[in-house]
Amino acid sequence: MTEFNLYQTTARQRHRALIDKLVAVGVTTGGFGVIAAIILIFVFLFSVAFPVFLPASLDSVAEYSETDLAEGRTLFTGLSENGELAYRINQAGMLQFFYSETGVQVKRIDNVMDSALNAVIPIDIEGNRLGLLDIDNKLIIVEIGFFVDFSGGGRVLVPQLSYPFGEESIPIDSLSNASLLNVGIDEEGVTVVYLDQSELLHIDYYLAEEGDELSAPEIESQLEIAQSVDFLMLNESASRVFILNADGVFKLLDIADKSEPEVMLTQTLTREGVHILTAELLLGGESLITAASDHELIQWTLLRGETSDYEMVNIRQFQSAGDLGLIKSEARRKGLVTLNTQQQVSLFHTTGGRELLTSEPLSDETILNVALSSRADTLLIEKAEGKFQFFEIDNEHPEVSWHALWEEVWYESYPSPDYIWQSSSADDDFEPKFSLVPLVFGTLKAAFYAMIIAMPLAIMGAIYTAYFMAPKMRTWVKPGIEIMEALPTVILGFLAGLWLAPVIESNLLAFFSLLIVVPLGFMLFAVVWQFMPAKLRYLIPAGWEAALLMPVLVILVVLAFQAGPVIEGFLFDGNIQRWMRLTLGIDYDQRNSLVVGIAMGLAVIPTIFSITEDAVYSVPRHLTEGSLALGATPWQTLTGVVILTASPGIFSAVMIGLGRAVGETMIVLMATGNTAIMDFSVFEGMRTLSANIAVELPESELDSSHYRILFLAALVLFGATFLFNTAAEVIRQRLRDKYSNL
Amino acid sequence: MQSANKWLKSGEPWIWLNAGAVAISMTVVLALLAFILVRGLGHFWAADIYEISYVNDDKAVRLFGEVIKKENINRVKRGLPLAADGDEFLQRWSLKTGNRELWADFRWIDEPSIQSVSLPDDLVVLERTEWGAFYGYLRSVSEGGTLVAEGDASWKEFISRVARVAELRNEIRGLQRGDMGSVNYQMEQLRLKGRALELKGADTPVALAQLADEKAKLQSEFDILMARLTKLNDKVERDTAKFEVMDGQVVDIALADIIEGLKPNSMSVWQKSVHYVYAFWGFMMDDPREANTEGGVFPAVFGTVLMVLLMSILVTPFGVISAVYLKEYASQGLITRIVRIAVNNLAGVPSIVYGVFGLGFFVYFLGGSLDQLFYPEAAPAPHFGTPGLMWASFTLALLTLPVVIVSTEEGLSRIPRNLREGSLALGATNAETLWKVVLPMASPSIMTGLILAVARAAGEVAPLMLVGVVKLAPELPLDGNFPFLHMERKFMHLGFHIYDVGFQSPNVEAAQPLVYATAFLLVLIIVVLNLSAIVMRNNLREKYRSIAG
Repeated sequence: MTEFNLYQTTARQRHRALIDKLVAVGVTTGGFGVIAAIILIFVFLFSVAFPVFLPASLDSVAEYSETDLAEGRTLFTGLSENGELAYRINQAGMLQFFYSETGVQVKRIDNVMDSALNAVIPIDIEGNRLGLLDIDNKLIIVEIGFFVDFSGGGRVLVPQLSYPFGEESIPIDSLSNASLLNVGIDEEGVTVVYLDQSELLHIDYYLAEEGDELSAPEIESQLEIAQSVDFLMLNESASRVFILNADGVFKLLDIADKSEPEVMLTQTLTREGVHILTAELLLGGESLITAASDHELIQWTLLRGETSDYEMVNIRQFQSAGDLGLIKSEARRKGLVTLNTQQQVSLFHTTGGRELLTSEPLSDETILNVALSSRADTLLIEKAEGKFQFFEIDNEHPEVSWHALWEEVWYESYPSPDYIWQSSSADDDFEPKFSLVPLVFGTLKAAFYAMIIAMPLAIMGAIYTAYFMAPKMRTWVKPGIEIMEALPTVILGFLAGLWLAPVIESNLLAFFSLLIVVPLGFMLFAVVWQFMPAKLRYLIPAGWEAALLMPVLVILVVLAFQAGPVIEGFLFDGNIQRWMRLTLGIDYDQRNSLVVGIAMGLAVIPTIFSITEDAVYSVPRHLTEGSLALGATPWQTLTGVVILTASPGIFSAVMIGLGRAVGETMIVLMATGNTAIMDFSVFEGMRTLSANIAVELPESELDSSHYRILFLAALVLFGATFLFNTAAEVIRQRLRDKYSNL
Repeated sequence: MQSANKWLKSGEPWIWLNAGAVAISMTVVLALLAFILVRGLGHFWAADIYEISYVNDDKAVRLFGEVIKKENINRVKRGLPLAADGDEFLQRWSLKTGNRELWADFRWIDEPSIQSVSLPDDLVVLERTEWGAFYGYLRSVSEGGTLVAEGDASWKEFISRVARVAELRNEIRGLQRGDMGSVNYQMEQLRLKGRALELKGADTPVALAQLADEKAKLQSEFDILMARLTKLNDKVERDTAKFEVMDGQVVDIALADIIEGLKPNSMSVWQKSVHYVYAFWGFMMDDPREANTEGGVFPAVFGTVLMVLLMSILVTPFGVISAVYLKEYASQGLITRIVRIAVNNLAGVPSIVYGVFGLGFFVYFLGGSLDQLFYPEAAPAPHFGTPGLMWASFTLALLTLPVVIVSTEEGLSRIPRNLREGSLALGATNAETLWKVVLPMASPSIMTGLILAVARAAGEVAPLMLVGVVKLAPELPLDGNFPFLHMERKFMHLGFHIYDVGFQSPNVEAAQPLVYATAFLLVLIIVVLNLSAIVMRNNLREKYRSIAG
């Protein structure tokens, strides 16, 4: 029986011990899990943002030599969008599609044109449309497309050739050189621009929509060029012609009106003795890239000079490794791929302002052809007839660099380098502007004005509450401030944006007068109060001054708002905003920093208040009593002893308040115009990091540069507030230790 | 003079100035709360409607409307000529004239041009399903084109017919939301089932035939419901009423478009009070209309509450466990101190950062992976790989975790050591001490932490904008279709509702009263939660004072 009991007890003991152990394990894992979650936040943000700083790489995937692909000299090579299929067009007019990784032929179309070809002219930057010029200088436009077919069960990419403007070719008369012909297609028609033997530029405009046959040109016009021409380029909307010769003499022609082409400007782009090796338009046709014999690769953009004449301006230059033989623009980004005479491939990005990569020499012989897919992630080169090499390019975020994020960048068509945040636009060929500087500036500006308003109110108020206030009143004030802390910022933001902003706009003067009227009014009241009959004064004991001042404040505010318009009418003709604009040159924005400062100040006051109050309140009593006993007045004790002892605590309160102001989102989102401008004026708005994230992150594409930069912005916010808070926390802990010593 | 100098030296003025800072802070808090209270609650009071005759460009104009505000403007500032007597100021009235389909909602009138103002008893205000408020005199009521009542008799007829429409409308809503919604949901489930079979390669003719069978059954069910709906819609559209509006024209209004008709000028204060309660209740319980600028906020209240509930369920165990770990199990060394600082700091990390993390990690990473593993049939539409209720609750749970941890830790450290030691000395294991002694004693502070967490979560908007809140959710995340709680759905939220209606809606001025009302509701919820946390904390302190003593 006893044994049985004992057995039962030990079983129970074991059971209890097991549970104890399980709980310990569970709690420990749970605890670690939560700690891990905290670390995970940091690690995850970092891991998303980090890839923007990875360098680019070029990796050879395959190299092959096929007799199939050696048939006839290759005039042009291209790649499908994803780089899966490649094609080449040879001199005999044969179009051949093959797998870019293996060289296995997929499809072959003989006689794309009836006779042998002279040249292939790429029309759009994606490389889908080509102009084929035969040896009799007859031109035809073809389109090479790829569509995905699922009908066989798996996914098959099927190439396709079509003739968007009919199979009838159009004759080009007296063409000087096949490389001096360019074709542009817009919504209404086809423009053919070429130079004839007598340096006369021909512009033939065919009115034809897709599907129409090209017949006779609608408009035929000519323009005297009067210079030798080595490079002729046409922008994609066929409104501007760029003409350049090896000596660097450049002409820009405006052909928006096809019947009246005109020379917009003539300019020499090189120094004496330096000649242009090759040139190319950057995506969008706003910039010209030239490579010169002094190994400078220069980006030129068209600007209207101070005398309102147009001018090509060198906004960026790179050093190229050796003489460049070829420049290719990326089809979707402002990037460049170059090939030099040592057969090295280099990658550049203009906005990023950097050379991303230069490869080893890829071949001993001259590379014959280069094709870049429109995603710019694969590259195919023809090293010798029939011999190809296929590369993958890993270059996801070329536009992000330290320079592009934090320094002044000279963007296309901008008069000077600037800090600009403009992440997206309706255009496909838009140059994204990812400068974080205006956002950080906006964040600091908003925080600055918030702190200007919050710090004096919160710190002074906390000192009074902790040191002078009657305990009974204190039990009301503390929860009041705590309620203020809990007030959702969306409500503060909404009131600031919809109510306060218009009120301040129409009562600006009254509002500013409060800054003087309120403190003076309080002082005046204090003086008057001194001379009140003692009977009245004893009704309100010491420590209730604040309660006494609340009605005074209300009266002062009402007075200021009544008097404001009168004074405004008297001094500023009734409209202070207009007066400021005309006299001081200050613009007034309704949702401005002042409004943000007040609303965010209100959000920050409780944070600073309660920590400061704690710090002041926990100053050991014997210190203050000692000071008072030595004859100091309460105020002297406060400034000489209490504030000094509590100053680290006050500092940490300010840091935590600053952390909150920096990260606050809803208030700035609602109470400012959210334009990313850099202006110190208190009457202008701003765009902060946090508001920017809230606005743009839902719309940004997963894993795009924009997405990662927004994560970087979040990481910056996280890091900054973590830093502020840690500093504050460490100081507070020190303070606590110090008090325990006192 | 001497005494003034002495007074200055004593520092007394500075003390007053410091007192002034408190006075300003407290006044602002009180004024803010009062402002929201007045503006928010004023929205539901049936305001009087004025008939004003007014001279505009030498023509007499009759206006009906609510006086929104009166303001004194400076003529010079607005570039207006001075008054005849040289007065620089001008009193203007902002009048809400409603009838948005006919003219602008609001207009300003100058007080000097007003000839007479009256409050006619018969002036009617209508709340409509679209075009906002309507003001006018009721002239007649017709049924299917034939006159039923005219003149004074029409009001009674009108009221009873509006009530009938309201009933029918309820029925329609029930039908659409309930039965038809359920059939639609089942159809979608069938489609997904078919796609899943296809992906698994199990789309045998038998299985497909079975699916088609079920689908046909649902379709026929749907057709029956649709027929019922058409019939109800016909019934609703039976009646019309004629109203005379302020410029004298008589307009026809279908009763189907009318939600409520009132004659506020003839209502007594008591009647208005009763109406007020109904209006407030309607605001809480109705769906929003007119791009959220009218109607109620029920889906937003529901979404907020549900999200906060889910968040509480997540955050409480994790918060308490980690607090217990830090306080009771971890060795109190440098590491624990660092972790404690880190947890404290997390409370100061901007909420938008949590939103970014939630979107990247929960939605795209976890949600995307879940979709690939368990919901391939939904592709390309994401199931969990898109912002939704679940991820919003996860994100806010993470956001409020520090609040619960800090509060629980504080509670744990208040428990006198001798109680723990007593329990251990009596032979209890650590786990038993924890479960039977420590946690029950810490429970009030856990509750305080939870309440503070809930209050914070209820007011947080920025992260939610990234992880699941939408301006208009077509269906509630909780309904009668299995599995009842749809964690993947998007939801509405009071805070976001304020932002959206106040800043994104096409007619911000007309929507303002509703924004104030919503703001009031949100503030009410949060203030009540916080006050209860404060009260609880104070009681707690008292309790431990007695134990410690």
